[in-house]
Amino acid sequence: MALLEVDDLSVTFARRGQRTVRAVDGVSFSVDAGEVVGLVGESGCGKSVTSMAIMGLLPRHPGTRIGGKAVFDGTDLLGLDDRARRDIRGRDVAMIFQDPLSSLNPVIPIGLQVTEVLARHRGMKGDAARKEAAGLLDRVGIPDPNRRLKEYPHQLSGGMRQRALIAMAVACRPRLLIADEPTTALDVTIQAQILELLKELVHDSGTALVMITHDLGVVAGMCDSINVLYAGRVVETARRRPLFREPRHPYTAGLLGSVPRLDSGRGEPLNPIPGSVRDVLSWSEGCAFAPRCSRRVDACLDETPPVVRTHDARSYRCVDPVPLPGAVPAQAGPADQPGASSPEPNEEKTRD
Amino acid sequence: MFRFIVRRLLQLIPTLFGLSLLLFIWVRRLPGGPEDAILGERATPEMRAAIRRSMGLDEPILVQYGRFVQRLLRLDLGTSTSTKRPVVEEFLERFPGTIELTITALVIAIGVGIPLGYLAARRRGQLLDHLSVGGSLVGICVPIFFLAYVLKAIFSENLGWFPSSGRQDPTIEATRITNFFVLDGLMTREWDAAMDALWHLVLPGLALASIPLAIIVRITRASVLEVLNEDFVRTAEAKGLTERTVRGRHVLRNSLLPVVTSIGLLTGGLLSGAVLTETVFAFTGIGAFIYEAIGQRDYPVLLGFIMIISVVYVLVNLLVDLSYSLIDPRVRVR
Repeated sequence: MALLEVDDLSVTFARRGQRTVRAVDGVSFSVDAGEVVGLVGESGCGKSVTSMAIMGLLPRHPGTRIGGKAVFDGTDLLGLDDRARRDIRGRDVAMIFQDPLSSLNPVIPIGLQVTEVLARHRGMKGDAARKEAAGLLDRVGIPDPNRRLKEYPHQLSGGMRQRALIAMAVACRPRLLIADEPTTALDVTIQAQILELLKELVHDSGTALVMITHDLGVVAGMCDSINVLYAGRVVETARRRPLFREPRHPYTAGLLGSVPRLDSGRGEPLNPIPGSVRDVLSWSEGCAFAPRCSRRVDACLDETPPVVRTHDARSYRCVDPVPLPGAVPAQAGPADQPGASSPEPNEEKTRD
Repeated sequence: MFRFIVRRLLQLIPTLFGLSLLLFIWVRRLPGGPEDAILGERATPEMRAAIRRSMGLDEPILVQYGRFVQRLLRLDLGTSTSTKRPVVEEFLERFPGTIELTITALVIAIGVGIPLGYLAARRRGQLLDHLSVGGSLVGICVPIFFLAYVLKAIFSENLGWFPSSGRQDPTIEATRITNFFVLDGLMTREWDAAMDALWHLVLPGLALASIPLAIIVRITRASVLEVLNEDFVRTAEAKGLTERTVRGRHVLRNSLLPVVTSIGLLTGGLLSGAVLTETVFAFTGIGAFIYEAIGQRDYPVLLGFIMIISVVYVLVNLLVDLSYSLIDPRVRVR
């Protein structure tokens, strides 16, 4: 059984006098124990909101509606009351955020920010907590941890701050770690170090990691399996290797094609996906990606494209996927994988 | 830290010299002079000149200023032209009352304002929020003297809960040491005198606190709302900390920064607001004395008063800077 099973998660924000925004529109994915799973997509595709909803960190507002399930080790995180959720957060499920400077409290020493997690979930106090915190900082690669414990976030470098945040997240050896674009605010050399550290930590402790990113390079280096999100839905799920070698969804193919290559000729144009995330249809009207898609056919606009599952644990949501190399190009639609493609029954229903 | 304090105190010296020179010239430019107050309208020019000469007012203004500075260095502010007593003596007698009143008002404004502003932010859009925001608007708009009369009418004349005037019940025989009545009562262990003095402070303190209280409520509320949206609050939530820890350790402390700054600025206004409040409650502070000194063109008293207010203002703001650096490590002083 999967450690985390997100099923048909949806988040809508309604504000008075504004159009209701459906930020997450039926996201489903699963994470096995010890696995590294990527959630990839452009800005605004709903990846951060997905993680915040799982953590229960979305601002409480009467207009915010969360639907679906996020089952962690048998308990639905979305159905928990505040107290039970606080017990799980930071202990079993922890999170690392994007901007390490603003994510650390500027007026509290690093030490207390680490020990407060230890005190809350492991009941550690005083010297024991301090010692453990120093050990944690050491483990995430912060030199001279005893001095750093007394320092404040503004006295640390960007990479060091992210390491400190990671130390706080792994302080209680969580079983699931969610990292929301952990390297976006850092420069490239530090990025690599932080990714290496995360990889090492999850490998050593058997922690599962959900890696949220827009950066395909991050995904390629770390993830066992990858979910590509578009307009609040997962459009393709695959293991790392097949996804990079043979993307099936035109959006995935577009993302991979838009990465500039070092070996491309000088002056060769870049290949962006035309349009922007704002040019979306609602999923209920058809395929949300259709307005930007180069392979669009009439069927794309008829109904929500069903999820197609293939034999090698991959799935995509497209009526006219990119053909596999070697397949007969004339064949269109899900029929190019004989016997393996049957639309998932509960995807047939249209959403309001 | 120590060097910072010393440096700031040394900066006070040139500030005071500049200020006193300006004021010295400016006060003497006021129409009329002490001789008018002493002699009345019908005095002959000869009589005026004689008085002025006897007070040394006929000499060039810089000579007069030089003499003033000389005395100032010996902590001598001169002699009041209206009461003929040393200004320092008058002040030592009256200033403690005003300071007591100001401190009472500050304690009320901070003690009520910060919790109320915090709760209003937490219950944003609910009844308590609307009440405190609306109430603070009223607090800012209603003039102190009017509020003072209303408080006096309700709580003193109708309900009889608090005394209506003065600093101490005249039937209580209290020993005076510092002229801070509450402090005196505590030092001499005359508990009933201390309680009585404290009781006399409640109504004028409330009246004087109204404006700073309203401002502190609003600043605290706005600041808490802002901090609640900060990323580090989300981090604290993600750690699974209890709501209490998140609010107390992460939200409140960060929201206090702008509040502390405003308290420093408000204290200056409190000292001048005290003049009005003291008048309504027949409270023997410095207020009424200064009011009279203006009418009498009592130069030494006016100058001394403004000098002392300036020193207090600088000291309060030094205190604010120091507490700021205690709250926020990013502005630690060197």
